[in-house]
Amino acid sequence: MKKFATLLIAGMTLFGGAALAEEGATPAKGINYSFEGPFGTFDRAQLQRGYKVYKEVCSNCHSMKLLSFRNLADKGGPSFTVEQVKALAASFTIHDGPDTKGDMFDRPGLASDVFPSPYANPEAAAAANGAVPPDLTLITKAREGWHGTFNQLWNGIGGPQYVYSLLTGYAEPSAELEKEKPEGKYYNPYFQAGSWISMPPPLADGLVTFDDGAPNNVEDMAKDVTAFLAWTAEPKMEERKQTGFEVLIYLAVLAGLLYFVKKKTWANVSH
Amino acid sequence: MSGPNKYQPTSAFGKWFHERLPIVGFAKDHMLDFPTPKNLNYWYTFGGILAVMLVVQIITGIVLVMHYTPQTDLAFNSVEHIMRDVNYGWLLRYMHMNGASMFFIAVYIHMFRGMYYGSYKAPREVLWMLGVIIYLVMMATAFMGYVLPWGQMSFWGAKVITNLFSAIPFVGDSVTTWLWGGYSVDNPTLNRFFSLHYLLPFVLAALVALHIWALHVPGNTNPTGINIKGPQDTVPFHPYYTMKDAFAIVVFFMFYALFVFYGPNYMGDAVNYVPANPLVTPAHIKPEWYYLPFYAILRSVPDKLLGVIAMFSSILILLALPWLDTSKVRSGNYRPIFKGFFVVFAIVCVALGFIGSKPPEGSYVIWGRILTAYYFIHFLVILPLLGLLETPNPLPASIADDVLAKKKPMMLAPAE
Repeated sequence: MKKFATLLIAGMTLFGGAALAEEGATPAKGINYSFEGPFGTFDRAQLQRGYKVYKEVCSNCHSMKLLSFRNLADKGGPSFTVEQVKALAASFTIHDGPDTKGDMFDRPGLASDVFPSPYANPEAAAAANGAVPPDLTLITKAREGWHGTFNQLWNGIGGPQYVYSLLTGYAEPSAELEKEKPEGKYYNPYFQAGSWISMPPPLADGLVTFDDGAPNNVEDMAKDVTAFLAWTAEPKMEERKQTGFEVLIYLAVLAGLLYFVKKKTWANVSH
Repeated sequence: MSGPNKYQPTSAFGKWFHERLPIVGFAKDHMLDFPTPKNLNYWYTFGGILAVMLVVQIITGIVLVMHYTPQTDLAFNSVEHIMRDVNYGWLLRYMHMNGASMFFIAVYIHMFRGMYYGSYKAPREVLWMLGVIIYLVMMATAFMGYVLPWGQMSFWGAKVITNLFSAIPFVGDSVTTWLWGGYSVDNPTLNRFFSLHYLLPFVLAALVALHIWALHVPGNTNPTGINIKGPQDTVPFHPYYTMKDAFAIVVFFMFYALFVFYGPNYMGDAVNYVPANPLVTPAHIKPEWYYLPFYAILRSVPDKLLGVIAMFSSILILLALPWLDTSKVRSGNYRPIFKGFFVVFAIVCVALGFIGSKPPEGSYVIWGRILTAYYFIHFLVILPLLGLLETPNPLPASIADDVLAKKKPMMLAPAE
């Protein structure tokens, strides 16, 4: 049986190796984030900068339907203060209603509101942009940076890296490719659905100015905003890893104790 | 072992109750005193692990249902509501989601253990067949559960799998429409899948009870495959196997926890975090990993109807396994040639899984066909012939003898 297990693992490794080299789109750039690994946490300042990039750039076209303003003050997130969140929510206009007379009205946002979407419906979004800009709340969980059974096991699924690579990956197509250019599309070899993307390059050096004076080249902003999007996709990540560490220690101690109980129980039986 | 009840209640109430419902005595006979071969190894702990995983899935599932909404416009967001707003909702949902994968990892080990040690042979055929039925119901349950978050792969997976029924001659389209509750996968489909996903785990629990009943009639097999000859071969289930199983369960939970806490989405598909959209087909529609070998078999046959038949046959053939394996020797330990074929078969199953995860093009198609053919040849040709042609190694006289023979070299070693 032991031999069988070894062979099985050997077989799986072989197939895993083959699985590393596969599938079309360019694999994402393997940049590192502070929130990777079993003890990784979000960098608060980075999330706050990322929020600013999202607010000033992405939110013009992309919705963020699963996030509420109050989440920005949650533990394990960008750690805005409650006052900051209230002020920040108030800077948005929320279309609400109907009131007691049956009329719709506009009001400043509250911390409990979800982020308003830039378009009333997907049809309006598609009409304005050529394609529906996807909702960004879960985008880093909904995309893969690379493929392969073992590659993803060791390096993660690479969602944030995918979005980063997409934001920084716009390039001039070769003359050959230029001929195939669809109307109103841009060349981006990282785009999973085939190199031509409807979104124009959203970032330019110095586009957003950070309050903490952090560098604001395209790469820096892309990294900050993808870190923010990794948090919006997985807001309980820090709690999850922390709990996991405690659970594993508990289980390891329990397993150790049970091992000795089992050993003692069986001590007088030859088996 | 349904011999006479040895349980003697001590209290007056105990006696009164025992005469009316001997449930305490029953539990004592079957959960504490049950004579179990003393040479079971850790491969035999997966039955207990599976029972615990079923309980984990039912408990997390019941709580998830308190927060989930089975409606196509709301389902996806209600799952995200669980992930974001429900206290420890992320834990419940990740436990349930990865619990399904763990359930299948454990069941596959359990099944391969049964195949290696010949656990399906007389007098345990019904025990084995109940196991195959449990496996089928598990697959149905997991499939419907995967549809509930109403992501892209939920929707398209449901569409592809339910579409298989349209291959049935003459009535195929009507059957599919009936399954869907409409002319496409839509709200009625989601509602009925939700209903059945809640029902089937309890059916599973009942089947598991039958499975354990069928196990307790002849008793456990063991790595030697020979029958229990007397009390020197067995130990009572408690405390010997309760403690061994408990240790194994906790170790398995550590493995489970690694995924729940550090790679919760590794076994899933990223595309399922995109809400279902009937107008956009994902680039690669593929089922969860535990179905991949069967998906490979389905796609290896060029004809749709024959592919569906091949896929279902590949599972149903397991029902005939007790009669396809003609060898009189149970345990693979004493079957030198069978051992090799067993390993090859296990690798073929993993390889089929790999093929199932790939787009059906180029050499994947050829390999899929070769491996599919081998899968059936293993059951239909190799196993029947092997039992007739192979000369098994000599069997030990009894379990106790075998244990003593294995202990001898250990005595020469300085410490255990």
